[in-house]
Amino acid sequence: MSKELIRLQDVTQVFDGETVLDHVNIYFNDSEFLTLLGPSGCGKTTMLRIIGGFQTPTSGDVFFDGQRINNVPPYKRKVNTVFQKYALFPHLNVYENVAFGLRIPKEAGDGSKEKIKLSKEEIDARVREMLEVVSLKGFEHRSIASLSGGQQQRVAIARALVNRPRVLLLDEPLGALDMRLRKDMQQELKRIQQRLGITFINVTHDQEEALAMSDTVVVINEGVIQQIGTPEDIYNEPKNAFVADFIGESNIVDGIMREDKVVEIFNRRFACLDAGFEKDEPVDVVIRPEDVDIVSEAEGQLRGVVTAVTFKGVHYDTIVDFYGFKWLIQTTDYCPVDSHIGIKIDPDGIHVMKKSKYSGMFGDYSSYSEEYDEINDPTLVEVDEEGRDDEE
Amino acid sequence: MRNKRGWFAFPYVIWMALFVVIPILIMLVYSLTVEVDTAAGTALEGSLENFTGMTLYASVFGRSFLLAVIATVICLLIGYPVAYLMSREGPGFQRVAMALIMLPMWMNFLLRTYSWMAILENNGLLNQLLRKIGVIALYNKLTGSDIDHFQMLRTSGAVVLGMVYNYLPFMILPIYTVLTKLDHRLIEAAQDLGANSSTVFRRVTLPLSLSGIVSGITMVFVPSVSTFAISRLLGGGTQMMLGDLIENQFLGGAYNPHLGAAISMVMMVIVVICMLIMNHFGDGEGEAVML
Repeated sequence: MSKELIRLQDVTQVFDGETVLDHVNIYFNDSEFLTLLGPSGCGKTTMLRIIGGFQTPTSGDVFFDGQRINNVPPYKRKVNTVFQKYALFPHLNVYENVAFGLRIPKEAGDGSKEKIKLSKEEIDARVREMLEVVSLKGFEHRSIASLSGGQQQRVAIARALVNRPRVLLLDEPLGALDMRLRKDMQQELKRIQQRLGITFINVTHDQEEALAMSDTVVVINEGVIQQIGTPEDIYNEPKNAFVADFIGESNIVDGIMREDKVVEIFNRRFACLDAGFEKDEPVDVVIRPEDVDIVSEAEGQLRGVVTAVTFKGVHYDTIVDFYGFKWLIQTTDYCPVDSHIGIKIDPDGIHVMKKSKYSGMFGDYSSYSEEYDEINDPTLVEVDEEGRDDEE
Repeated sequence: MRNKRGWFAFPYVIWMALFVVIPILIMLVYSLTVEVDTAAGTALEGSLENFTGMTLYASVFGRSFLLAVIATVICLLIGYPVAYLMSREGPGFQRVAMALIMLPMWMNFLLRTYSWMAILENNGLLNQLLRKIGVIALYNKLTGSDIDHFQMLRTSGAVVLGMVYNYLPFMILPIYTVLTKLDHRLIEAAQDLGANSSTVFRRVTLPLSLSGIVSGITMVFVPSVSTFAISRLLGGGTQMMLGDLIENQFLGGAYNPHLGAAISMVMMVIVVICMLIMNHFGDGEGEAVML
């Protein structure tokens, strides 16, 4: 069905002695919508820049359609990019921005040195067609500075797509837009991708965006691919504590796999659907906040005390203390602080993961987030990873 | 209300009025009058004589603008590549290069021009060197002439050289400033869209540095066209330019401040027109420099 288009093979990238990508192996299929997801500084933008040709990997190979392209400069690659802050040409109007790539004579690609130059009529037709695709008809002669963020972004998309690339790279394309617009553009991007049927590789740190748009999500942290899968896989079957914590909210507790489909948490056995572990293997257990039912204390599999309640609109974020470990439970039932409650978890609400280096680092709601601790700690030296990501 | 601290600009407004607007008005009055002898001594009388008589000096106008244009073009041809290469180097290199460009400006302008005289003289450093390495002998052999030195001083070439030498930093600096501010992502975007390095330069870098070029041209052309020290010292009186002509009317033997004022006015108008045309190409950023 879909065939492999791009492959990164054993790619490592080192900047000033710091490993940004660590022996990455990944392939990208033709005409899929793929998202590279990870916190800032995880190497996702570097990966995109390697595909775009703006960065040559320290070691490893990049293949496009079976050919090694490590040393092919960006202007010879059949890849176009929507840049983070759009990078539109301020001296050109909307029409000329979109026409920029078309006005450059391109090599025919059949090995001959002859360059193909498009006729005025063809350029005009393609620019107008693409402006229609991104719903910017009538904006041809507007200057870039007069456009809103959402409009600029559409111009950036049109400018890239008008060249009919095999792959469109999107570097945090929705980062600068406000919430509503971002939701709309997620739909829009998905629609455009399906209409044109080409590969989109999107980079983001927004897990919601990744889940909403992608066919495939690649979760990256510290230069290492943590998990590749469909949005459903990534959410329901996270491979380790990092993925479970990064995608959505999770309570992650230590457990012991007593036998297939039976896991022990807090000395109580729970039925689950996972199998294939060693007997009595220590594991990480993920329980999503929305998979927990609050029941009366007597009926509960576990009993705890409510310590905080926050109203979130659709539900309450309820923090419950179980034997000193705090869980987040999302429920539509209001339970006042200090009330004693019981909980029940269905077997499909429990997900068991092998222990990893991230075990014990995430999934406890007893304090504020780690970021919050960090910004309050004067001894920690601030590393502006976002800024460094840009410079790369 | 629009700007509560507007009165901070007040001292400058007074300064401008006293030393810019009023002098221009005085010059205007001078240029439109002539001195006439009367029984009671001399008196001023309105006249356009100063302007109508100026045709005599058409060749001086021509030479001034020609040499200034040549010097400006040479400055641009040298300055742009320097600014471009500098802007692409690391910050350490940029600081050193900047210091080297500024260094000569810490020395007196006349002193630097005198040094060029010492270099270009008939028996100066350059001619001595050429004689030593046999270039002059070779030239004599090839052309069958018998010269002892190349005539370098007192030529228009020497004047242009002096202008380029003195005003080159004013070309480099504004272009360099614009180029360092250029968003590198725009260059990557152009590459991404299929532009090789020469196309990137032609279609992105050059158009986006136009405002720097306009500023640079303005800052070189205006002092070049009105210079008098360079043309006097390096042109040796053979290359009279507008500056010399005007100076001569005020301080020299041809004492006639009315004619001098008129020539100044005409020169000013021509320069302003040139600059307005230039600014049309460069987002008007050069205007600030001009004023």
